[in-house]
Amino acid sequence: MSRVVITGMGIYSVIGKNLTEVKESLYHGRSGIVFDPLRKEMGFRSALTGMTDRPQLKGILDRRMRIGLPAQGEYAYISTVEALHQAGIEQSYLDANEVGILFGNDSSAVPVVESVDILRQKKDTMMIGSGYIFQSMNSTVSMNLSVIFRLKGVNFTLSGACASGSHAIGIGYLLIKQGLQDMIICGGAQEINPESTASFDALNAFSIRESEPTKASRPFDRDRDGLVPSGGAATVIIESYESAMKRGAKIYGEIIGYGFSSNGEHISMPNVDGPVRAMEKAIRDAGIKPSAIDYINAHATSTQAGDANEASSISMVFGNSRPLVSSTKSMTGHEMWMGGASEVIYSTLMMNGGFVAPNINFENPDEITAKINIAAETTPCEIGAFLSNSFGFGGTNSSLIIRKV
Amino acid sequence: MQKEEIIRKINQLLIEEIEIDETQIYPAADLKKDLGIDSLDFVDLFVIVENNFGFKMKAEEMADVKSLQDFYSYIINRINPN
Repeated sequence: MSRVVITGMGIYSVIGKNLTEVKESLYHGRSGIVFDPLRKEMGFRSALTGMTDRPQLKGILDRRMRIGLPAQGEYAYISTVEALHQAGIEQSYLDANEVGILFGNDSSAVPVVESVDILRQKKDTMMIGSGYIFQSMNSTVSMNLSVIFRLKGVNFTLSGACASGSHAIGIGYLLIKQGLQDMIICGGAQEINPESTASFDALNAFSIRESEPTKASRPFDRDRDGLVPSGGAATVIIESYESAMKRGAKIYGEIIGYGFSSNGEHISMPNVDGPVRAMEKAIRDAGIKPSAIDYINAHATSTQAGDANEASSISMVFGNSRPLVSSTKSMTGHEMWMGGASEVIYSTLMMNGGFVAPNINFENPDEITAKINIAAETTPCEIGAFLSNSFGFGGTNSSLIIRKV
Repeated sequence: MQKEEIIRKINQLLIEEIEIDETQIYPAADLKKDLGIDSLDFVDLFVIVENNFGFKMKAEEMADVKSLQDFYSYIINRINPN
């Protein structure tokens, strides 16, 4: 079995467009949540969202490479360039070696809506053009990036709802551990637009604290009233320890555990048992005791039921060891398909920076969230190992454990 | 629309929409080999032509269109059949 290490990271998020900016935001507890007037005009119950600009890629990528990329594909291109740069990987290396790509993505709404709008208006499929098909498939990110970077290894997208990015890293870890690949570009991407979140808004799951956007996402807080959708892209370069040593690459962390489970119950209501089993499986895979985990990056999205159930799950698995817990979604909002990958990056930045980022807006616990050790402020901490949780609709759960090398 | 105006418009669309380098554009240029227009770009040309010249290109009529001059002639003939 090969050891699996992280040798590069890249991020394009609502709290920063590169690792340096994001680390600063994490340390200082900055929120990326805004009020989007367009959503209100469209009839959204909540106009709150994480927000960032679309990268300008004209002059960087040629037309054919650009027109197949939806917004989340553009974010992922930028985060992947940063990750490859940090890993010291140049195009010549990608050309000469079998490098794979596994991305988490579970929608691409805008190109679907726009292409059908054209069809309805023009009554002619030929008027849709050549780009929309490559933008509109769930596999758009892995599909496009594998061509742009001329990759020759494993190449597909994982759609596992809000655990997609985490599962992508988990499956990549298993492939490398088994010796089937030496290096995989893993990550998660999430579009930011009203079209992709309108039907989610319809579930009354979003915070309506519109008068205070930066206080709206408040995981574990007694007065939380729902999640705030967000997005961006995150890329991690994972490779076998041997490959990293051979290249002389800097190692930012070692993936030692991946646990997964399904709740087997309700399509949207989370439970306690499923996350417990995912965390326990990850801990068993890592071959460590729960007390070896110094920090948990919680999935907690700021919903009443989800946060309470996760707090109960953490309390059951970790008992008296009480590691520090924070949900970076308090700053970023819920990055959904991207979140499992971005939160590994946020946590790895903390591990290498010697701090735990704050769970901002955590002012008062409730009866259940009081059971866990929530970091409400930035906390100096030597993190030897962390666990990152990601859960999604359908009851899919993923827990990853990463340690310092 | 005059012939020269149509040619100027086609060149402008190829440069702006398909992002072909201006220096590569000359009448004898082979659309595929010299200008790099592949099957997907042809799909976009259908959209560009309808949006800018107001008619639908037909795939079967494009079979003999190999060079840029062929393409100019095809568009000119569709706009001014006589």
